[in-house]
Amino acid sequence: MSSIIIIFVSILVLFMLGATIVAWVTKDLLIAVLSSGAISLIASILYLILQAPDVAITEAAIGAGLTTGIFVYVLKKTERFEK
Amino acid sequence: MNGGAMFYGAAIALIIGGIMIAATKRNLIKIIIGLNIMETGVNLLLITTGYISGGTAPIMNKTWTKVVDPIPQALVLTAIVIGIAVTAMALSIVVRIYEKNNSLDIRKIKEMRW
Amino acid sequence: MIKKVLIILLFVLLGLSLYSVVKYNTFGKDKTVVARHYIDYGMKETGSQNIVTAVVVLYRGFDTLGEVTVLFLAATALGALLHGLRFKSKEKEPSSLIVSTAARYIFPLIILFGTYVFVHGHLTPGGGFPGGVIIASAFLLLFLAYTQKEVSEKTLSLTEGTAGILYVITGLLGLVMLNSFLANFLPKGIPGKLLSAGIIPLIYILIGFKVGAEMTGVLRNLKEEEK
Repeated sequence: MSSIIIIFVSILVLFMLGATIVAWVTKDLLIAVLSSGAISLIASILYLILQAPDVAITEAAIGAGLTTGIFVYVLKKTERFEK
Repeated sequence: MNGGAMFYGAAIALIIGGIMIAATKRNLIKIIIGLNIMETGVNLLLITTGYISGGTAPIMNKTWTKVVDPIPQALVLTAIVIGIAVTAMALSIVVRIYEKNNSLDIRKIKEMRW
Repeated sequence: MIKKVLIILLFVLLGLSLYSVVKYNTFGKDKTVVARHYIDYGMKETGSQNIVTAVVVLYRGFDTLGEVTVLFLAATALGALLHGLRFKSKEKEPSSLIVSTAARYIFPLIILFGTYVFVHGHLTPGGGFPGGVIIASAFLLLFLAYTQKEVSEKTLSLTEGTAGILYVITGLLGLVMLNSFLANFLPKGIPGKLLSAGIIPLIYILIGFKVGAEMTGVLRNLKEEEK
């Protein structure tokens, strides 16, 4: 793989690790849900770099779209902040 | 440096991060978020093992010779859909538990002790 | 004390198994043995240009039937668990003018795009499962913009049930005509045209309808509150 792609992938992987740490530390559950959606979106870009377009479309539609929607409805029925 | 270290490192970091969130937090919704992150990491690991250098996507509109392995992609397609099914079902159980105990803390749910 | 030792042992075991996965699969090496047959003869035997689709629907079609069953089970269990809950409806303000006007124009376009994705499953990447989820995302936009909108439950379960039964009947037709469940009994056609590749467009249309109706039902069950 050419070195420009490797630098691009490194920056994306750093964002992904940052989002995981944010999901661990935060006490606001809405921010944790949005970080999980961001991890799914960056994983979808990585699937495209690994030449797998079927899996990229599926992961973007399911991970970043529907799972975040279901979590937000459940947060509305329960509590938003972790004590 | 080989590009593989980045992809493998990302997948393993997501798996270990997801398990740590699911094992050390006490809020039920945060445990389910940790499981979701771990499943994303496992799918990334599976597709990284199927990559072949210089290959293209497995769609034959012209006759390519070097094509990426299509079998892990078929497996991960199923795994992503089953991941969302398990997450949706777990969240409905969480809604029921909250309605009965009025708290999302797993230490306060007295019927689950063993 | 015992608990900490067990946790450390678990992480050591996990690290060893992940390391062995990484060590024996060097990145980028040509290791396809089983997939060689699918890549070389896939388009000739099935007639579809997308090899991942051919593997999911024809070579491993029974696993797709199992996946559709698991999805159906999860959606039904969610509907049964959340049935008859009574929540006080909290204070809701109506959505802004931009969201409600834009949703009215974008909703048919998203449904058209979702239908395009699952009808062209054998020519372009995509297929039945992301197509159905895109249709459910269109309904999510409608639920967020107009909070009083109701979608009738009877239509959704009728669509879902009919699509599931037709999938099994297609498999049984293959059993009757060609002596094997889910065999390819329609003509293969010329690869590259829309009506080709045997039963792949038929099955993906059925899966697209089924997944779309199921996910819309899940969102509708989660949204409900007592007036």
